[in-house]
Amino acid sequence: MDLALFTTQMLNGLQLGVLLFLVAAGLTLIFGIMDFINLAHGAFYMIGAYFCGTVVAVTGSFLLGLLVALPLTAAVGYAAEVSIARSLYTRDHLDHVLATFGLILIADTSVHFFWGAEGMGIPTPWWAQGRVPFAGAEIPVFRLVIVCTGLAVAVGLWLLVSRTRLGMLIRAGASNRAMVQALGVDIQRLFAIVFAIGAAMAGLAGLMIAPITEASIGMGNEIIIVAFVVIIIGGIGSIKGAFIGALIVGVIDTMGRSYLDVLLATFMTSDYAETAAPALSAMLIYILMAAILVIRPQGLFPPRTR
Amino acid sequence: MKGETIAGWGLLALLAVAPFAIAAAGQPFLMDLATRLIIIAIGAVSLNLILGYGGMVSFGHAAFLGLGAYAVGIPAYYDIYDGWVHLLAALAVGAAFAFVTGVMSLRTKGVHFIMITMAFAQMVYFLFVSLEEYGADDGLVIYERSAVPLIDLHDDTTFYYLCLLSLIAALFIVHRVVNARFGMVLQGTKSNDQRMQALGFPTFRYRLVAYMIAGAICAYAGALLGNFTEFISPDMMDWTRSGELIFMVVLGGTGRLYGPIFGVAVFILLEEYLEVIMNAVHPGAGVYWHFAFGLLLVLVVLFARGGISGMLRRPEHA
Amino acid sequence: MKRTLTALLAGSALLAGAAQADDPIKVGIVTTLTTPAAVIGEDVKKAFELAHEHMGGKMGDRAVELVFEDDGFRPETGKQATEKLLKQDGVDIVTGYIWSHVLLASSKSVLDEDKILISANAGPSQLAGKRCHPNFFNVSWQNDQTPMALGEVLNQKGVGSVYLMAPNYAAGKNMVTGVERTFNGDVKGKDLTKWGKDAQLDFSAELAKAKASGADAIWAFYPGKAGGAFIKQFADAGLGESMNLYTVFTVDSLSLPRLQAAGLDGVLGSFATQTWSPDLDAGQNAKFVADFKAKHGAYPSFYAAQAYDALYFIKGAVEATGGDTSTDKLSAAMKATTSFATRGAVSMGNNNFPIQNLYLREAVKDSDGNWTTKIVSTVYEAHQDPYAADCKL
Repeated sequence: MDLALFTTQMLNGLQLGVLLFLVAAGLTLIFGIMDFINLAHGAFYMIGAYFCGTVVAVTGSFLLGLLVALPLTAAVGYAAEVSIARSLYTRDHLDHVLATFGLILIADTSVHFFWGAEGMGIPTPWWAQGRVPFAGAEIPVFRLVIVCTGLAVAVGLWLLVSRTRLGMLIRAGASNRAMVQALGVDIQRLFAIVFAIGAAMAGLAGLMIAPITEASIGMGNEIIIVAFVVIIIGGIGSIKGAFIGALIVGVIDTMGRSYLDVLLATFMTSDYAETAAPALSAMLIYILMAAILVIRPQGLFPPRTR
Repeated sequence: MKGETIAGWGLLALLAVAPFAIAAAGQPFLMDLATRLIIIAIGAVSLNLILGYGGMVSFGHAAFLGLGAYAVGIPAYYDIYDGWVHLLAALAVGAAFAFVTGVMSLRTKGVHFIMITMAFAQMVYFLFVSLEEYGADDGLVIYERSAVPLIDLHDDTTFYYLCLLSLIAALFIVHRVVNARFGMVLQGTKSNDQRMQALGFPTFRYRLVAYMIAGAICAYAGALLGNFTEFISPDMMDWTRSGELIFMVVLGGTGRLYGPIFGVAVFILLEEYLEVIMNAVHPGAGVYWHFAFGLLLVLVVLFARGGISGMLRRPEHA
Repeated sequence: MKRTLTALLAGSALLAGAAQADDPIKVGIVTTLTTPAAVIGEDVKKAFELAHEHMGGKMGDRAVELVFEDDGFRPETGKQATEKLLKQDGVDIVTGYIWSHVLLASSKSVLDEDKILISANAGPSQLAGKRCHPNFFNVSWQNDQTPMALGEVLNQKGVGSVYLMAPNYAAGKNMVTGVERTFNGDVKGKDLTKWGKDAQLDFSAELAKAKASGADAIWAFYPGKAGGAFIKQFADAGLGESMNLYTVFTVDSLSLPRLQAAGLDGVLGSFATQTWSPDLDAGQNAKFVADFKAKHGAYPSFYAAQAYDALYFIKGAVEATGGDTSTDKLSAAMKATTSFATRGAVSMGNNNFPIQNLYLREAVKDSDGNWTTKIVSTVYEAHQDPYAADCKL
């Protein structure tokens, strides 16, 4: 096997993994703490990219775009929590799915209205252009930036959750919501803050992928289903689970796309392999999730007490 | 009779006379809309059996619609147009897929069940996307409708009444199932599965059978859909389609016999006319009709608990 | 009761027949106006409207009315929209159709109603071959033709090996087959990537494979928004230095302005084959391009040019029949078409697909510094698609 190719693919898998983590982390916290299924979480991913793209188009600075887009996306998340999500916590999951499905439509149409249907390209920032040699391969710098940023956020989130009072409340909320409430914590504010943090992280993921794939309507819907797969695999409410789940899904998906046809060609004709490989690689993560759900429904790393 | 039962019968009666009214009005397109409404309603009625009465929120129900449609399309591709073959294939494939996935899915609860049903539906979706022989994602055109004895399905009115009769039959089956001992156990598992187990009921088996019945009925609806659109593509099995089916059931009122029909009727009419209405209010606004649609969804969830059936029922409780 | 109703209907039909000459000709157009693919549909809509304007809203003596419907990028929705045009709006002719699957889903509805169907973009092999129909016309191309021309270009340029990339859907596979049909060199590998509403847009894994394969050139087909993303990653991954890029339906007026905004010079100088280009000196192309640019501030895409051609194609036929829109007469007149508005001389093949030239075009800067495409050479003259032989017409 070609080592340079393998390295590149691993890094690509890692990149997909950290992006998935950024989306899944907020999703799993909201799910774990508020018991709220937010299908519209992907909208933050999209909105973050569009906010950033707009600022970049005006000022030309990606960093400035990031600095403006993150608080804005967090604010949208906060507003969504206060105005809509809050009144849904006591309802069942079915109502969550429906209302947030409605929010997806609202978000997508709003973006169509304000920014048009054509999508928005964001140039790769000047300081992250070019490639660096790495283990025999040449890696675009910007992709390394994505991976490092993602890992840094993961560490930051871990510190926040394990070392701060807010984190303690989040952990407590994830494992026993009623108890936190009984202790007299302003649970509503906690919820809104978690929502805003989750939105900002999803927005960060969106604005980092936009220079590669461009921002487009519905980009959030592409990632949200996979992010759900991640948190189911990792265990609902678990940051650690979301992190490991995201890396597993990212690497498996990328590796499946890269090597499945070769693998299949070893025991079937190449014509069949050519047909079967794309289908099977698209199915791979769903097969993985179904298998985990059958064998270990609570996921790989469920929060300790529930 | 309760308000919703009257409304349910009323809607069915309306559908029964619809072809005459449509012909008189000279609006043949409405016939398409009504046929479509009835077929999707059969699918929604089947989802209601497991979702509404059994508490199994399947997020992959559209897979059954698609499988049923392919059960017509694939034989037709080989020039087999025998309606009995199509019918048998649809029912068998629907029940078999429900059995295989149900055995695994029904071990899980709540959101895990939602996700695992979605996963299986996605697998079927990607399977058909890659089956080049059957058109892959371009789909298959069905050049002839199923051949059945005595009647000609190519006649739109005949086909319409076949669909309507099928809907009534589906309602009847669900009504009988739900009110039999089987249905009582099923509804018991929804509120408290453990208690039902403690009472000695093999609840897993009950839920599996219900899941298979729903799967077979929905595949049957899929067979009708394939005949109606004379075309099938994997797009029919997309996860958003499953979401729409759930929405129709909830909009109508879960666990209410006629609920799904109300839900489907409102959904299909909105989908068709929201754009027209918005264009009338402000020319060019029609392309943004999804906005109004999404807003309605949110408002329905926030303010109209129990769906349309709930609204129809409320005056009696007041 | 029933009898009076029938009598009434018959009466109104007679009236309708008498009034026909004064009624406007209704042209139904099915295209994509929602979802991200609306970016193509909007371009198509603009071109239809411009053509309508250019012909003064008239074909011969008869006024023309355009009725647009959205297919939502879904075959089922597209079919429903088609039914609505036929049964509710009572259109005389149905056209538009960007996507093969939407066209296939809708074709039976139109043809069963004995109306004329004209595809302004999609050209699936089924309708060109075994399932060809006297009342179905295509004014774009058959899916295989453009990649076949590209395969020929690769041969001419002496490219020894190529890596193929396309989305995993029917048209994508047709394109791959097309290149393989004519290319004599070595296909080092190919990737079919996930397509549809949640299409794969990050091609890093595939591009890495392409690079590792050691192929001389890379060939890609990524229509719509995926095109920009693909080119960008191709440049970012540094493949431009070692491999030449050849595309079909990827580098166009929809993706070029965005690539320019992103400063991706790598795409300039890349080659593609096409039946049309903004600089093509044929018919009234110059007027079309100039007016489109003046009105919308951007070059029209090939989708737009074909839409413009579609309406003029109908106009030509209506004028030939002297305003008679009966299906038989129109269809005969259409078959006799000898030129397209933006492409000049063509002829219609036995399968009602155009027999036309295919050009090699290069991405370049125009005199104002805007990125566009320019014709380099003619690859095929009067080329007919390979499926025509399967058509019994």
